[in-house]
Amino acid sequence: MSWVADNLDLIWGLTLDHLRQSAIAIVAGFVLSVPLGWLAFRYTPLRGTVLTVIGLLYTIPSFALFALLTLFGIPYQSELNLVVALTIYAVAIMTRSVTDGLASVDADTRSAAIAVGFGAWRRFWTVDFPLAGPVVLAGLRVTAMSTISLATVGALIGVQNLGYLFTNGSQRRIIAEVFAGVVAVVVIAIVIDLVLMLAGRALMPWTRRNAPLSRARLRAVTA
Amino acid sequence: MNLLAEAFAWIFSPDRLTGALPLPTAIAQHLAYTFGSVAIAAVIAVPIGWLIGHTGKGREVAVFLSGAARALPALGLVVLLYLLFGVSLKTEAAVAAFVVLAIPSILAGAYAGIEAIDRSVIDAGRAVGMTEWQILFRVEVPLGLSLLIGGFRSATLQVVATVTIGAYIGVGGLGYYILQGIPLRDFAEILGASIVVVVLALVLDGLFALLARFAVPRTAGPRRRSARRAPGSVSVPQFSH
Repeated sequence: MSWVADNLDLIWGLTLDHLRQSAIAIVAGFVLSVPLGWLAFRYTPLRGTVLTVIGLLYTIPSFALFALLTLFGIPYQSELNLVVALTIYAVAIMTRSVTDGLASVDADTRSAAIAVGFGAWRRFWTVDFPLAGPVVLAGLRVTAMSTISLATVGALIGVQNLGYLFTNGSQRRIIAEVFAGVVAVVVIAIVIDLVLMLAGRALMPWTRRNAPLSRARLRAVTA
Repeated sequence: MNLLAEAFAWIFSPDRLTGALPLPTAIAQHLAYTFGSVAIAAVIAVPIGWLIGHTGKGREVAVFLSGAARALPALGLVVLLYLLFGVSLKTEAAVAAFVVLAIPSILAGAYAGIEAIDRSVIDAGRAVGMTEWQILFRVEVPLGLSLLIGGFRSATLQVVATVTIGAYIGVGGLGYYILQGIPLRDFAEILGASIVVVVLALVLDGLFALLARFAVPRTAGPRRRSARRAPGSVSVPQFSH
């Protein structure tokens, strides 16, 4: 393990690269999947087709997707190629979660929002989307985990991230280097997963069990 | 779109039938790795999954494993096992990595299939005097088949993607051309081989979709379980490339 101790700077630098690439893809995937998921939810006849086509994107092996993206003018061995590919996978996972989340919102709640005069835009952002939150968050956590692990394939198209430890370690036959890379990827994935879980609790306090606020509110209502 | 034409020209060139690795051989290797690894993974994961589903014990372990597997980088696992096994055992190392990556999806499919069955159906089997083995093989296994096939589908696609990466340690398959093309900047070869991989993945996905439609026993009445999704649960592909 002396290799790890000697190369902490390298590992840290690659970790930051890795996080940057993954974060852009996760955020972009999330932002794109909200309107797509809403479209699939809103226009029921389209739902099956849209979700199937988007789901098929996920079956494309990453190593092959990089090549397909060059058809759209993206340079093959570039960070852009990796980030776009990761974004496509993120959209493939997240869109279904957004649709499922919106479908999980109680129809009575939605009707109530319409009845008290919420417009479509305001209803989506203040009623539908927050209530879809737990399902969307579950999808986001899965997306984050798989994006972080997938990003390592970028090393094969010459992108610098933790995957470099696999290719370099393989060429130099340093088991500790490869092992350190695997551990670093898994640790980052778990840390990001925890951050998302905590963010979810902070943003959606009603999903917390035994939330003190809800009990106080309940007392206020029943009193 | 000139590049696309060149890629197809690469695929259908007569040169593909000769050379260091003829295209049909690469496809056969790719499929052999995929089916071999999924079969080994099935032998390990299906009985365990059924046991978990039938007894309801060990579910947390299975959930944790399928979650943790998502974070495991395929390239890292392939290279790590390759270095641990040694160069002379690179095929074994690659297959071991593919099996490890295929197990969680199949395990999840096997236990989730049984778990999703309406409890009253299983209790009815018990009430008419079926033994535990009969309940497992005549009630739980047939009714859980559709989710098990879903697990096989995820596992297969995961392995198809990982075999492509496996070319990095020199085990052949379609990834061979992609890796060969990168230093040569031969985009016709890279794109051509990638198109073959994508077609292979889509064909396998389609076959599993057909299998799921025909292999699942017909039951009277609508299936209720798909509507009964617990809040916070999420239906996503089990695999990562």
